[in-house]
Amino acid sequence: MNGLLHQISSGIASGAIYASVSLALVMIYQATHHVNFAQGEMATLSTFVALTLIHAGVPFWAAFVITVVLSFGLGVAVERVLMRPVMNAPVLTSVGVFIGLLLVINALDGWIFGFTIKAFPSPFHSAHPLLGGLVSPHELGETGLTVVVLLLVWAFFRFTPLGLAMRAAAHNPVSARLCGVNVSRMLGLGWGLAAAIGAAAGIMVAPVVFLDPNMMSGILLYAFAGALLGGVDNPFGAVIGGFIVGVLENIFGAYIVGTELKLTVALIIIVAVLLVKPTGLFGRAVQVRV
Amino acid sequence: MPALLEARDLRAGYGPPDVLHGIDFTVEEGGVTALLGANGAGKTTTLRALCGMIRRSGRITLGGERIERAATEEIVRRGVGHVPDGRGTFLELSVEENLRLGAYTRRDRAGVAADMERMFGYFPRLQERLRQQAGTLSGGEQQMLAIARALLVKPRLLLLDEPSFGLAPLIVREIFHILRRINAEERTSILVVEQNASLALDLADHAFLLETGRIVVSGTASAIRQDETVRRSYLGY
Amino acid sequence: MNRNRSAVWGGLGVFAVLVALAFVSSSYHLFQLTMLVVYAVAVLGMVVLTGYNGQISLGQGAFFAIGSYVTAILMANYNWPYWATVPVAAAASALMGFLIGFPALRLGGLYLALTTFALAVAVPQVLKVDALSGLTGGVQGLTMDKAEAPFHLPLTGDQWIYLFTLIVGGLMFLLAWNLTRGRIGRAMMAVREQSTAAEAMGINLAGLKTRTFAVSAMLTGVAGALSSIAVQFVAPDSFNFFLSITLFVGLVVGGVDSIPGALFGGAFVEFLPNIANEISKAAPGAIYGAILIAFMFVMPRGVGGLLSRLARRARKPAVAAE
Repeated sequence: MNGLLHQISSGIASGAIYASVSLALVMIYQATHHVNFAQGEMATLSTFVALTLIHAGVPFWAAFVITVVLSFGLGVAVERVLMRPVMNAPVLTSVGVFIGLLLVINALDGWIFGFTIKAFPSPFHSAHPLLGGLVSPHELGETGLTVVVLLLVWAFFRFTPLGLAMRAAAHNPVSARLCGVNVSRMLGLGWGLAAAIGAAAGIMVAPVVFLDPNMMSGILLYAFAGALLGGVDNPFGAVIGGFIVGVLENIFGAYIVGTELKLTVALIIIVAVLLVKPTGLFGRAVQVRV
Repeated sequence: MPALLEARDLRAGYGPPDVLHGIDFTVEEGGVTALLGANGAGKTTTLRALCGMIRRSGRITLGGERIERAATEEIVRRGVGHVPDGRGTFLELSVEENLRLGAYTRRDRAGVAADMERMFGYFPRLQERLRQQAGTLSGGEQQMLAIARALLVKPRLLLLDEPSFGLAPLIVREIFHILRRINAEERTSILVVEQNASLALDLADHAFLLETGRIVVSGTASAIRQDETVRRSYLGY
Repeated sequence: MNRNRSAVWGGLGVFAVLVALAFVSSSYHLFQLTMLVVYAVAVLGMVVLTGYNGQISLGQGAFFAIGSYVTAILMANYNWPYWATVPVAAAASALMGFLIGFPALRLGGLYLALTTFALAVAVPQVLKVDALSGLTGGVQGLTMDKAEAPFHLPLTGDQWIYLFTLIVGGLMFLLAWNLTRGRIGRAMMAVREQSTAAEAMGINLAGLKTRTFAVSAMLTGVAGALSSIAVQFVAPDSFNFFLSITLFVGLVVGGVDSIPGALFGGAFVEFLPNIANEISKAAPGAIYGAILIAFMFVMPRGVGGLLSRLARRARKPAVAAE
């Protein structure tokens, strides 16, 4: 029983990471109907930046904040330079561009920072076992921080005029413009925010999975599964989906398929969602534009 | 009365071919102008061109300032409220959020709050449904929401694209009654596009008639009402 | 009609040149040529899917892996002759394509890209798994015997493997060409251009898309089988996510809707790693990525698109002169 509880709690901890990346993906999908396949690699790049800062002597939390801010800039830049020109191009074009970006960032990470697997410090320590030894200090701290980030994002969208304008621009860009909203600026902000959320997730997961250029590829897969499970057009659903995928992954990994096949769990979840409930748990029916 | 909006040689379209072939018209300060015409004449295109939503050329001035090169959101900031074709409801957002978006460009919180109250005076039903998802509103309620949203911009000029479209006659009468009040009480100038010419001419003081992208008749509403072409083709007597 | 005839002659000409190369190339170059044809068939599978159906697969490497492993398992564990494994590999990858395509293609849009992306990431893990290592050889992989020329033909093993690959590959191109030209091809293109209208005309959209995806997976699976025969070795790490991405880049470079373009795509997949290594030893992936982005912006229809533009211009010199 304790074993199961342990799997669930560490599932929630990794679920928090998946939820963040799911949210980043869904935010962009909702606004542009494009999937940013490079979302994971962008987060990995951010994590490398954070590690470089930490090694240069910058205190952990300062490095965290600087990285998140820089990543926001990276997101805005990607939107301006790569996304804007292919906005209305066929799906293939945007997939090609984002796969290209994935390759470039992945290769640059390896080139600049090396392919060796690196340890990443955790800011969370505790002298005593937490919750009766059920969770590690990092798991607890990481989950807490991620949940705070997600709540802040939620509050931003729910309560601020800018958040409202971003939602409006995503749902109905023409009408948003007629309300005086600068839709293209909102898209840039959305990309920046998504990259910033991804960066936070990358820094939080790196102490667990260690840092190398391919750190996020598996996580991106779970995030896809989480987003589909929650509903691709529902940010709230994507977050819940991410947590569910985290727990399922751990339980399946521990008791059913073994840790060797953990990534296959993501594939199975994706196929199962598409078969059983393609709109996801919280999504609306898929709308087709003619 | 001085002209609030003036369009000279306005050409516009969606692809390379023009839909509007160089039209001239004015909307007077404080007045109501009706833009009449059959399906496909270019009425909606005219409103979209004024707001910079499509490719256009020519000269458009609002209160003496040129706006033909400005972006849509900039034109809105300069005082044009647009109730678009299809009402432009943010279906997923609540009624309140829809209204707050109308006031997005404004920084005067007190003024917005007061205007919001005035909107509830015009459209009490919106206040009843404030927390509801806008997608659940009826067509008439969505039309009211669209008008309120456009008015919260605090526009000098209100553009209305077929406010009667798809609505029951009773609701249409109510909406046009409110539009008349708005024009009188808020001193907001209105440019209204309508298929229902008799309805529009009742509201308007000036009108012009579009046919395949050209203005064929223009004048005061009462003169237009007497016009042979308009009478036979659009008023049906 | 005229265009069809010139396509037939063009295809036969290319085939003849490729056959002739068997007798003048060193065994090193023969291996490279063999792999070129293998990758061309793999890319062809994606052309059928993307060019004629508008769908995107980011996991074609998974079908390549299935084809490779079916051949390798049958040859290494069950002593099947190499040629007999190809139809089985084709059937197995087609079946897998059907199973993956069925749920994803009912929905259209990006779902297939997402699902196949997941498949590509998951497949190497499945190949490594201990429980199957009796069959797959686990992390070590499997080694097979080299194929030899039949009927005492005076050919070296390398020559014969190349010619065998060329014959099977040629048949696959013929199949794809026939498929895209006939009634099914027209239906496929209708689906790509206007799926709602196509559905209104009585085309069973999901069914057609799923079958097309099965054909696409089959073609890439056959390529995998041919690659096993040529390489005589399979291991999980040869089929990582990067293979799928490389094939995707090959598709874009060759031209998504060009059957002859698939040959260029194959050449690109085979030779680019060398070239990329020359340019930058440290980051060949960045070269791939940069090429991909550049093609999307500058030449979205790839080399194949360029060729067909040139061909049109050659047919109408008067128009071009203006």
